[in-house]
Amino acid sequence: MRLELKGLTKKFGSFTADDDIDLVVEPGQIHAVLGENGAGKSTLMNMLYGILQPTSGEILIDEEQVAFSGPGDAIAAGIGMVHQHFKLVGPFSVADNVQLGREHTRTAGVLSASAARKAVLDVSEQYGLRLDPDAICEDLPVGVQQRVEIVKALSGPKTELLILDEPTAVLTPAEITELLQIMRNLAAAGTSILFISHKLKEVQAVADTITVIRRGKVVAELEPTASESEMASAMVGRAVSLQVDKTPAQPAEARLEVKGLTVVSGAGVKVLDELDLTVHSGEIVGLAGVEGNGQTELARSILGLIKPDAGSIAVDGEDVQGRSPARRIADGLGYIPEDRGRDGLVAEFSVAENLVLNQYRDRPFASLGMVNAAKVHQQAVDSIAEFDIRTQSPDESASSLSGGNQQKVIIAREFSRPRRFLVAAQPTRGVDVGATEFIHSRLIAERDTGTGVLLISSELDEIYALADRIAVIYNGRIVGEVAPDTPREVIGRLMVGGQINAETEADATTDEPNGGDR
Amino acid sequence: MSTESQTPDEQPEAPERIEALPEPEQPEPRPNFMRLFGRYLSEANSVMVTVYSLLLAFFIGAVLLIVSDEYTRSTWTYFFARPQDALLNSWYLVRDSYLALFEGSILNLNTLDKFIAGTADFGDLLRPLSETLTYATPLIFTGLAVGLAFRAGLFNIGAQGQLIFGMLGALIIGFSLDLPIWLHLPLAVIAGAVAGGLFGAIPGVLKASTGAHEVISSIMLNNIAALFLVWAISTQFLHSETSSQLVTKPVDTSARLPTLLSSLNETLRVNLALVIGVVVAIVVWWLLNRSTFGFRIRAVGFNEHASATAGMHIGRTYTTTMAVSGAIAGLAGAALALGVGASGVTNNTALEYGFDGITVALLGRANPGGIVAAAVLFGALKAGSLSAQPDVPVDISILLQAIIVLFIAAPALVRAILHLRTPRGGLVTLEAKGW
Repeated sequence: MRLELKGLTKKFGSFTADDDIDLVVEPGQIHAVLGENGAGKSTLMNMLYGILQPTSGEILIDEEQVAFSGPGDAIAAGIGMVHQHFKLVGPFSVADNVQLGREHTRTAGVLSASAARKAVLDVSEQYGLRLDPDAICEDLPVGVQQRVEIVKALSGPKTELLILDEPTAVLTPAEITELLQIMRNLAAAGTSILFISHKLKEVQAVADTITVIRRGKVVAELEPTASESEMASAMVGRAVSLQVDKTPAQPAEARLEVKGLTVVSGAGVKVLDELDLTVHSGEIVGLAGVEGNGQTELARSILGLIKPDAGSIAVDGEDVQGRSPARRIADGLGYIPEDRGRDGLVAEFSVAENLVLNQYRDRPFASLGMVNAAKVHQQAVDSIAEFDIRTQSPDESASSLSGGNQQKVIIAREFSRPRRFLVAAQPTRGVDVGATEFIHSRLIAERDTGTGVLLISSELDEIYALADRIAVIYNGRIVGEVAPDTPREVIGRLMVGGQINAETEADATTDEPNGGDR
Repeated sequence: MSTESQTPDEQPEAPERIEALPEPEQPEPRPNFMRLFGRYLSEANSVMVTVYSLLLAFFIGAVLLIVSDEYTRSTWTYFFARPQDALLNSWYLVRDSYLALFEGSILNLNTLDKFIAGTADFGDLLRPLSETLTYATPLIFTGLAVGLAFRAGLFNIGAQGQLIFGMLGALIIGFSLDLPIWLHLPLAVIAGAVAGGLFGAIPGVLKASTGAHEVISSIMLNNIAALFLVWAISTQFLHSETSSQLVTKPVDTSARLPTLLSSLNETLRVNLALVIGVVVAIVVWWLLNRSTFGFRIRAVGFNEHASATAGMHIGRTYTTTMAVSGAIAGLAGAALALGVGASGVTNNTALEYGFDGITVALLGRANPGGIVAAAVLFGALKAGSLSAQPDVPVDISILLQAIIVLFIAAPALVRAILHLRTPRGGLVTLEAKGW
């Protein structure tokens, strides 16, 4: 299928989300759309998939103009979409999810399980996507769930164009490698792919053509041979440094000492299993690992939201067990939560209120049980200036901010009070290049003031860029502590439970150095 | 989402403020007031949704009045022969019914004539308003109680039970102690608040310690409270010494809430509780918007996870909020026990004030000012329907209340019926979290 967009424009009131977008996807091509958060990528895709109607402009499929009044029209025209947030029914089987909305039935509307299963197997075989049609979706790893989404999109009546919206955001390095291979196979089989991303390496690895949009406008058409910094500066609109400048760490006394920490989940599984970890003042320890290996529980235990079943947590030599989260925060513990929408911000609160969320009772923001609105406002004005938070005013609700600016609000909150130790979980998740650069430099500056930093990240690039020491977590245990110059393959192997020293040729060659392994 | 809501509206461009204006001659482009006002009227914002909900409710109420009146209905059977019969009768019926509600709740036109003629005094003229405010007073308290809990994401259905315990607490202090009025009355009022607060804290404690949902536990506690009241009245300690009816001892005069307007006319029942109610509304507003406690309530109500991560104690917030909410509902009970029920509380004194408080809180969108206004509206409907009996069926006011709330709770319905525009921030609906 050949898809062409001519002068596509979408306005919301006086705000122009997409302005005169021209774009051509040739058959069997992987076309990447690169842009920062809020650049207009999602609006563009939603118009293509019929969720939004363009204000002006044309969508042409194989030279014929089309108009979609809903996703049903788009699917009928051969467009399939894999959303960033999966749209699966957890307790349903793979086959049931794939037939969702177009169920295979026998006479009188009776569901036909065998036909559904066969349809899944046909598509998986055709494109080489291994799937068990009877597996229950919520039990599957995220990468496999995404494969279900892809099969679902492909099993439309005649899907020839696949839209992938930020497909790698939730995947592990190995799963990303696999996804990129799947994309190549699909393209080779003639499916056109529109690939939305802001991760430069992936785009470089698979795209045939790259369109960069910024503030709703196409600002560049690049070849995949373009360098990462070329792409980044096109996205951001200025030169961007992808390397983090940092001096060697000056680790001093131990700030955080975790010994024998054990947390047993409600289901009786040891999510943390006698974990030992020490972070010193003035160093960043990167905690690498596939998500779901106990990182969340570790962070929540340090903050005091989870009561461990065994072990001890000490900050500056003092055991903090039995202290409330409020006390630990007041004593100088900073926490950047991995899920900022859930744990980091009160979306309905103003930016100013969010900036004092964990100090609203402390002087100078309150006295005698009364909030001092003027001081809270002043703090917000200062933080907005210092941390370059893009908001119309301190009274704007946090939900009106882009992801990167929401993250800056959290960072500003944690960095605007005395602190001794910082837990930063996925600090740049869903944050664009410009904001990532800013957050990274702040974390380094933080380290240099003597704060101990525990960086929890599932992105190895981030760990490499920031960490002075890398600890790898697997199944609730630290399975290795290595220097930051340790090769990727070694850490990758540790992350899935392998050994440090098993550096034999067999495993080491599986990871291609094509950049798709981030 | 309907596509209609996404079509861009041509927003009037606000005049850009230019700094250091060099030409003072330029007249500032003034936005056309009538146009802006018209735009506001045709928008489904929360104020206009409330106004239209009221109008729609009165319209539907009119239709139901016509349908339910046997004589008027019969005139419609020969509509095509004599349409004026049907139309005029319907008009008279609706006009008279609503006029009766108006006269019973705001101003009686007969009394006005008499007042002008000099045969009625000013107090007579105020009687409908006094009745409206008397019925509104307990609703102000229960509405505030439910509204405050709403803001913490809690659905306090237990206001009725908390009111009953507040009533008992105030009553016991009210008849058993012998004190001067300046000490006795405040003590009895506080006893009501404490009793209601303790009873209200139970669902909060249960939720905080075991995760039991406050809706379930507070509904059950309502039943316990209602039955406890019947039993309590029959005990020797509380039961009236002079009556064989199921009624309690009267409250000492030193613990009775003084009426506000009885110097004008003996029959004006509105009492000091109304003033207390307005003060409590102001306090609740302050608490929510200016205090650290209110900051915590709102934060927890919006997002308990982020609040916990910021070091707030969620369970404690639930417990204290429910206790404060229960205390406010307890004040409603105190207002009844020391006011209209001071000569003896029966198991009917509490009426449905606790449950009506839920609708009042919804109608007032959990804002103290809105709640006071909603309570007065419901008080007016109550007073109007009681005085208009038997000419107007008493159910009409309940019906109107129900329809109003139905529309308020479903702004999309109002928007669709009247083809209103979607406001900038989207439609506002009030919802309790975790339900």
